[in-house]
Amino acid sequence: MKHKSFFWFVLPSALAMLLFIFFPIVSVLVQSVYVDHEQVIKTVETCDLFGCKESTTVDQNATAALRAEHPLGQFAGFKTYTDRNHLAIDEFGENWTRSNSWRDFGAQMLNLPFYKAISFTLVFTFVVTPLVIVLGFVVAVAVNSAVKAIRGPLIFFSLLPMMITPLVGALILFWMVDARGVVGAALQYLAGDPDLSVKASTPLMWIMLMVYGVWHSTPFAFIVYYAGLQSVNQDTLEAARVDGANRWLQIRHVIIPHLLPLTTFIALMQLMDNFRVFEPIVSFSAEAHATSLSWAIFNDLGGETRQLSSAAATSVLTIIGVAILLSPVLVRTWREFDRK
Amino acid sequence: MFLKKVTLASAFAITAGTAYAGCEISGNVSIVGNEFPAIHTVANGAAACTGGDVKINLTADHQKINVDGMSGNPAEYTSAIIANSSLVALMNADVVRPLNDLVAAHGQDIPKNQLITIDGNVMAVAFMANAQTLAYRKDVLAEIGVDVPTTYEEVLEAARKIRAAGISKYPVGGAYAAGWNLAQEFTNMYIGHGGEFYKPGTAEVSINNAQGVATLNMMKALTEYMNPDFLTHDSNATGAEMEAGNVIIMNMWGSRMGNLMDDEGAEEQVYSNITVGGPLTVGGGSTPASTLWWDGWTVARNVSDEDAVATFLAMKNGTSPAILTEETMGQAVWMIDGYTPAPVNDGVFAAIAAGTTSYPMLPYHGLLHTALGGNLADFLLGKESAEQALADAEAAYTAAAKEKGFLN
Repeated sequence: MKHKSFFWFVLPSALAMLLFIFFPIVSVLVQSVYVDHEQVIKTVETCDLFGCKESTTVDQNATAALRAEHPLGQFAGFKTYTDRNHLAIDEFGENWTRSNSWRDFGAQMLNLPFYKAISFTLVFTFVVTPLVIVLGFVVAVAVNSAVKAIRGPLIFFSLLPMMITPLVGALILFWMVDARGVVGAALQYLAGDPDLSVKASTPLMWIMLMVYGVWHSTPFAFIVYYAGLQSVNQDTLEAARVDGANRWLQIRHVIIPHLLPLTTFIALMQLMDNFRVFEPIVSFSAEAHATSLSWAIFNDLGGETRQLSSAAATSVLTIIGVAILLSPVLVRTWREFDRK
Repeated sequence: MFLKKVTLASAFAITAGTAYAGCEISGNVSIVGNEFPAIHTVANGAAACTGGDVKINLTADHQKINVDGMSGNPAEYTSAIIANSSLVALMNADVVRPLNDLVAAHGQDIPKNQLITIDGNVMAVAFMANAQTLAYRKDVLAEIGVDVPTTYEEVLEAARKIRAAGISKYPVGGAYAAGWNLAQEFTNMYIGHGGEFYKPGTAEVSINNAQGVATLNMMKALTEYMNPDFLTHDSNATGAEMEAGNVIIMNMWGSRMGNLMDDEGAEEQVYSNITVGGPLTVGGGSTPASTLWWDGWTVARNVSDEDAVATFLAMKNGTSPAILTEETMGQAVWMIDGYTPAPVNDGVFAAIAAGTTSYPMLPYHGLLHTALGGNLADFLLGKESAEQALADAEAAYTAAAKEKGFLN
């Protein structure tokens, strides 16, 4: 393609990306390096239905001029990034010098909100992503080798988890694992412990969140692999069979190499998606046991006083996290492209 | 055709006339508020005004849209229906208008105690009250032979006996879901212990003290008698546990007692025996371990005087004695003349009579509430000490307060 026609070809999507991706990220970046103006507090008498008492309020007149001059607030640089609710640089150093063992250091770090969130987020990402890829592949191969007549219904049922809204799907599982739910009661029976409660135990809650993650995302890997299986070269398969390759050898030497590029694609999508894990934490009311970066943003914005700068800083950290996670895959793709 | 229109119009005028006598506005009204029956009643009362356009947007997510919706000029919403905790967010953003002039010109008949006055400025008009108080099963208490508890210590004692008698393994209920609910329970219990949240006159938090530790210890003692899933139970889930007959005794919102005591969702043995008591005290204190709440309406700052007057009149009409009918009477503890309380509302009135404090209406308290909600669960799970949990909450609050400009 000529450079000129290429330019006109990509211009609309480039413009859309600029408008809907680039500018919002710039706005978040700017927001994250500003904090609110210093608030002037004054003591006042407050009267409500139940009587009068002394309380405090913000003196709006005192900061009105300042606000009009600098509507973004005061410039704080990376102060929000380094404070305790984010990277907690000072607390990090303090824990480092004070703690006397790795175990103690780890426990102290997990007490900080950012590190608590990132630890669950990373475990979730690196457990769920490979499981989704493996299970998706297994389901795709199984469906593909089923009799044609039942393939339609099989595909439909395999896709169901993806069709269900994440919040609703998570809620269904949440009720099933309740101590009086079908899964919860079964677990109690199997463990022989009538007091076993998935919702009350941190490790079980983590496992349940990951089970949900796998359940929800496997159809995505399945449908991509299934599409890929339709384009497997039948002659090569035929030749392998003639050479005496059994089913496993066919999969190992013909199908897997054929589907490898798709695996890169699924891994990329899943790493991004799983790093942003959010809905199951809300649906499972799991915040006492597990938090994620996306949940932290939600929590900052959901309170009665919205913490925009804090949420913006966490958003930027999430973007950096995704970039770091994807970099190996992206570098590889780039090298392959270069070789061509 | 013409005749039909006339009859329709006059029929409408008659119904409107009887229920909402003479509300004539000349301006546009747009209301945003929470979504529950009492708020619907108020909004419908406001919409009955004629002469202007009245738009209503009631949603459980009202707090996420009301500040932004009132920040523009002119504001999208001319009135927000809010509670005492959320009025602060609107005042911090300086988007609500002092109502003194409007009250003087059009609101002389509004009872003085309904006017929420801050530093001499009327910022909102309250129309209903709410509080968390005791709910218990009178049949079970009679069976084990204990009086209705008035303190949390007595609740623990009753719970021990109920468990020992094999009536229920987890007899105590409470909205202890991590997040907002847990922070609210801490707030109640801390006030009951006589604790102060801040160093006087400043935004500097001080909860890591003897009262704070005692508060957490009492909460932990109660959770020993709660369903092990207590950190996922909000008011809805706790109410369901009581209706299922598992929970015998709990601290519950006045606005939810009606659901517990009606014949839906529970067996007769259960719902006919659920009784509402007053607020509990704790640790030998006399201040109830509960907070009083009110709901009220505001007028946006960035609207024309014409629309402000129209909004004031419409909202006044929506909270006038005329809205109280047989159907609406039981929807809330109305702070409106002509309201006659039902037994479900005993708790809220007992709370007011017992001198319960109102939920702190401070510009920075929303931040502390969020910080508490996120940091106390670790102690209740046994992962860290009470002091550590309180120190974490203080540190999280301090970082947030710096970002919002309340602390340097």
